[in-house]
Amino acid sequence: MSVDTATVKKVASLARIAISDADAERLAPELNNILGWIEQLGEVDTSAVQPMTAVIPNHLRLRDDVVTDGGVRDSVLANAPAREHGFFGVPKVIE
Amino acid sequence: MTELTDLGVRALRDGVRAGSFSAVEVADAFITRVAQAKALNAFIVETPDHALAAAREADRARAAGETLKPLAGVPIGMKDLFCTRGVQTTAASHMLEGFVPQYESTVSQKLWDAGAGMLGKLNLDQFAMGSSNETSYFGNVVSPWRAKDGGNAALAPGGSSGGSSAAIAARLCPAATGTDTGGSIRQPAAFTGIAGIKPTYGRCSRWGVVAFASSLDQAGPMARDVTDCAIMLEAMAGYDAKDATSLQLDVPTWSHSLSPSLAGKKIGILKEYRVDGMPEEIEALWQRGIDWVKDAGAEVVEVSLPHTRYALPAYYIIAPAEASSNLARYDGVRYGLRDLPQGANLQAMYAATRAAGFGDEVKRRIMIGTYVLSAGFYDAYFTQASKVRALIARDFEAAWEACDLLLTPTAPSAAFALGEKSADPLAMYLNDVFTVPSSLAGLPAMSVPGGLDKQGLPLGLQVIGRPLDEQAVLNAGLAIEQRAGFVARPEQWW
Repeated sequence: MSVDTATVKKVASLARIAISDADAERLAPELNNILGWIEQLGEVDTSAVQPMTAVIPNHLRLRDDVVTDGGVRDSVLANAPAREHGFFGVPKVIE
Repeated sequence: MTELTDLGVRALRDGVRAGSFSAVEVADAFITRVAQAKALNAFIVETPDHALAAAREADRARAAGETLKPLAGVPIGMKDLFCTRGVQTTAASHMLEGFVPQYESTVSQKLWDAGAGMLGKLNLDQFAMGSSNETSYFGNVVSPWRAKDGGNAALAPGGSSGGSSAAIAARLCPAATGTDTGGSIRQPAAFTGIAGIKPTYGRCSRWGVVAFASSLDQAGPMARDVTDCAIMLEAMAGYDAKDATSLQLDVPTWSHSLSPSLAGKKIGILKEYRVDGMPEEIEALWQRGIDWVKDAGAEVVEVSLPHTRYALPAYYIIAPAEASSNLARYDGVRYGLRDLPQGANLQAMYAATRAAGFGDEVKRRIMIGTYVLSAGFYDAYFTQASKVRALIARDFEAAWEACDLLLTPTAPSAAFALGEKSADPLAMYLNDVFTVPSSLAGLPAMSVPGGLDKQGLPLGLQVIGRPLDEQAVLNAGLAIEQRAGFVARPEQWW
């Protein structure tokens, strides 16, 4: 599997990371090198194996369906880059 | 008289209890030493007030005749991956520069509840992604160790917990927290001649720890010896309802049950760990370790983990995949950096923010993770890696039929020079070859100093144990520690 600069740009777009053409040129061989190396996993016969979901057997706990937290709006907003009227501020999303 | 900063966790705790010195004297001694060690760049933020407040409380409690808490009088370093209320927490990233958590991580809270104070937030690889500390946005940590080749090249303290390892080796703090995803406690411990243990996955709560790869991330202590690690781990471990993968188990009193006798224990040696190009000195150290555990009463057997060679490639699919998902939260909206180019819409703001806020290695891993999870590649990469991970765990289960513990070198080399591997991501990844398999299987594993190489640099031995059997791991670590007699320390040049 070989990754070209168009693929790098598509992946960057999926990951929401802005990259320049020069970045994509530089990243393509780097990612190819790493992906080429992890490709060796394909040679392992895993036909009779289930993918691992938990390293240590554990069970999903359920708790009572009650409110345990909340009322901390100002704390939630304390580190926001922009906040207005008790909300997160973002660029306009509806034209 | 011994300098207070030369004492470890147990000696400080006992000295404060006995009244040999006050907790404030201890805190002052470490605060001064931290302030004089800027050249190591081990701390991102120093918090002398936090350490002093805990010390005053310890002295007050003692004067009032109260029973002192388990870590009263002990100031520690906190890896800057743990959220600390009111104290900047960055994960060594530009993305979180200036982020001041409104809450406390469970592990750090437990340490404060045990009476410990905080000297500061320790530098690390950015988002814990790296093996040399060179990916930190705040500049790399410099190891206090230097090779005896006259070159005085700056050496890597290991990573990602490199601020923790450097600070302990340089006697800036007696102990520190670390986190280990693929070896981030054990490899830096080995590089700097200290001890560190990654407990069983689920022992320490991940709540409030900046996430990297959630199925692998596990906190653990780093300190100068095995006993101090055990004392620290007792304070850090324990069930937490806020972490869905936290184990609902009592915390054993590991430090009280420590014993260096390995009589009746079988220790496995892995033939697959004899990697190509491993320095002779690492082989020799491994052999010495084998002799030491035999001397402690253990029987040594050869065992096989046939899928070992696939552990690293599986790790470098699973960890980046989880990272790409975890780090999706950095969107420039709720916390952290925002880069809003003139006239940009929401999507452009996300992309600009993430381009500006993440370093190269973090971007590389997010992109690999995004690629292996993307439509058409998910099964070939991520599902296959998860299946290989199951096989690796199965290998360990088979090994436990034949032995109780495994003994390996911690890393395939001593500390390398800063810059030596940073141009080649793959060469850097290969440094974790001995630590990653046990991470994938969630097993407890620890590194203890084994000796020095010809350059005068520390080398570590790793002990891996059965799930939840931290006690056996610590006991074997103690047996090795007593026989290795490691007393070397870096000469102070900073």
